[in-house]
Amino acid sequence: MKPGGSISIWFFIGISLLVNGLLILAAGIYELLHPPEVRVVLFDLHASIWWGGLLAALGAGYAIYFAPGKGRD
Amino acid sequence: MTTALAMLNSQQLVHLSFVDFVIVVFYFVLVLAIGFYLKEQANTGEDFFLAGREMTAWVAGLSFLSANLGALELMGWAGAAYQYGILAAHWYWIGAIPAMLFLALVMMPFYYISRTHSVPGYLKLRFGESSRALSSISFAFMTVLMSGINMYSMALVLKIVLGWNINVSILVSSVTVAIYVALGGLRSAIFNEVLQFILIWAGALLIPILGLMEAGGWSGLRARVAANASAEYTHLWSTLGKFSDNPMGIHWTGIVFGLGAVISMGYWTTDFLVVQRVLSAKDLRAAKMAPIIGAGFKMLVPFIVILPGLLGLALLPIKLVGEGQAVVSGGHSYNEVLPLMLARYCGPGLLGLGITALIAGFMSGMAGNVSAFTTVWTYDIYRALIKKDATDAHYVSMGRWSTVIGVAISIGTAYLVMDFKSIMDYVQALFSFFIAPLFATVLLGMLWTRATPAGGFWGLLAGTCSSVGMWAWVKMDPTALRYVALSPYARDMAENMYRALWSCLVAALVTVVVSMVTKPRPVAELKGLVYGVTEIPSESYVSMLHRPWFWAVIVGVGFVILNIIFW
Repeated sequence: MKPGGSISIWFFIGISLLVNGLLILAAGIYELLHPPEVRVVLFDLHASIWWGGLLAALGAGYAIYFAPGKGRD
Repeated sequence: MTTALAMLNSQQLVHLSFVDFVIVVFYFVLVLAIGFYLKEQANTGEDFFLAGREMTAWVAGLSFLSANLGALELMGWAGAAYQYGILAAHWYWIGAIPAMLFLALVMMPFYYISRTHSVPGYLKLRFGESSRALSSISFAFMTVLMSGINMYSMALVLKIVLGWNINVSILVSSVTVAIYVALGGLRSAIFNEVLQFILIWAGALLIPILGLMEAGGWSGLRARVAANASAEYTHLWSTLGKFSDNPMGIHWTGIVFGLGAVISMGYWTTDFLVVQRVLSAKDLRAAKMAPIIGAGFKMLVPFIVILPGLLGLALLPIKLVGEGQAVVSGGHSYNEVLPLMLARYCGPGLLGLGITALIAGFMSGMAGNVSAFTTVWTYDIYRALIKKDATDAHYVSMGRWSTVIGVAISIGTAYLVMDFKSIMDYVQALFSFFIAPLFATVLLGMLWTRATPAGGFWGLLAGTCSSVGMWAWVKMDPTALRYVALSPYARDMAENMYRALWSCLVAALVTVVVSMVTKPRPVAELKGLVYGVTEIPSESYVSMLHRPWFWAVIVGVGFVILNIIFW
């Protein structure tokens, strides 16, 4: 769906996942370098890093593929 | 409501860091940006109220599901899973999938081909103005009331989980929804619902993944649940042979016939809140595919709602209690299990995304209520009963204003609920009074040419009145439960199931009897409205992979397999 024929809904979703993923990834890397005293359960799995990275990669893929002007919906 | 009150007495569950706040604020900025961007695309009535009827099956399908996936639904059913075990999954599987497939394959063609803009609009075409007036006024009243109650409950949850001021939470969330729906209409609501759907999954999916890793997989989870509660908590059907054999106090007939055949059919096929999303589809095939896509994802929702509840039962070091007990003891209630699990695994960033998922769920539910209210108010009440001959631009303007007014009434309701907390119980009951009889009326209208306008109206009225009567009977004389719900052991949920079943049957019976003694409409007038006299476009020109029937069978097989696995 491209309301108005310009920006696809999936582009907005891509941007949302990309920004959230990068913020989570950055927070995860900071925690890796500076481990907090009070830690969440399974802290050693560093979920912020891989989940944030996954969301960012997925979001980047969507944002690029559905970027305005590419004619995809 | 009591849950939320219980939360008031407990301490704040989580503390957000700076990055969490940035994620939450970014979400609000994005949904508002989408609303402003779409303002230019909502100039006509078709644009504003039906999103131009140009949504793809995927967008309509995800929006269809998202409008139902509110934050209270997420937290409430996770709490129900902690309390009742996997039985709560019935509300996602047999309580949704068959109805969604039925909507797609049987009912959607009539809604779509009739070109109606709403469910009350279909009743007008099929049964006349009196049936539309009855259903539209009830629906509009219930919708704003439910919206306000959800608003208040969610603000209360935000206060407890995050320590946010309740007035600020109500104001910020409701004003945001009002702005983006008033600007872009249904298109904006749908657009944001799809975004919210993705965020809900992104924010909530990590809990079952990490939870299963901690529990040692499904077998480890079952062993821990058996040790902490009972092995029965991980069985879907095997404990439903007797009312007294399961914590829900329900029999399989109540689940199959009350929930599966009446309540869920009524909700998913006639509640305009969800049906409106599908009416926005670009063509009939997309309109049929949308509920099937929604059903496919609905089948997976228990993995982010029911599973975290079971994981909480297996892994949390504290024992969650009922709402009343939580108020007295200051402990945590069942309904807090999802935020507790969120806080257990999610550090900075992930916590912000999880909270954003809850807020997104709340806003998608509220936007669904508001946009449905706006359409029914403008087309089925204002245009039908108050001002019949205005221009399209006038109705669009009325739609924008009624969005703002609908939100304002919802805010008023939210504060009303603070003072009269029992309202919530009554409103939920009132909502159920109407949905089950409506299903019988709409279904008979679609499938039986002999159903007459008088039959439809009196059937709907009798079904609603019988439901209210049964509810009042049990309220005044609790021993009546053995007649209404077939067992003195039945609990509230079981009573709701059977009351829905009886009221649906009453509506159907009265519709049939009155129709048989009144004059039917000429068959020629029923074209496009009723099975047998409506030409359904053939799908023989599309490949198997693009046919709704094919995907409905796939989803149906998945549904059967899941029920067998968790039997």
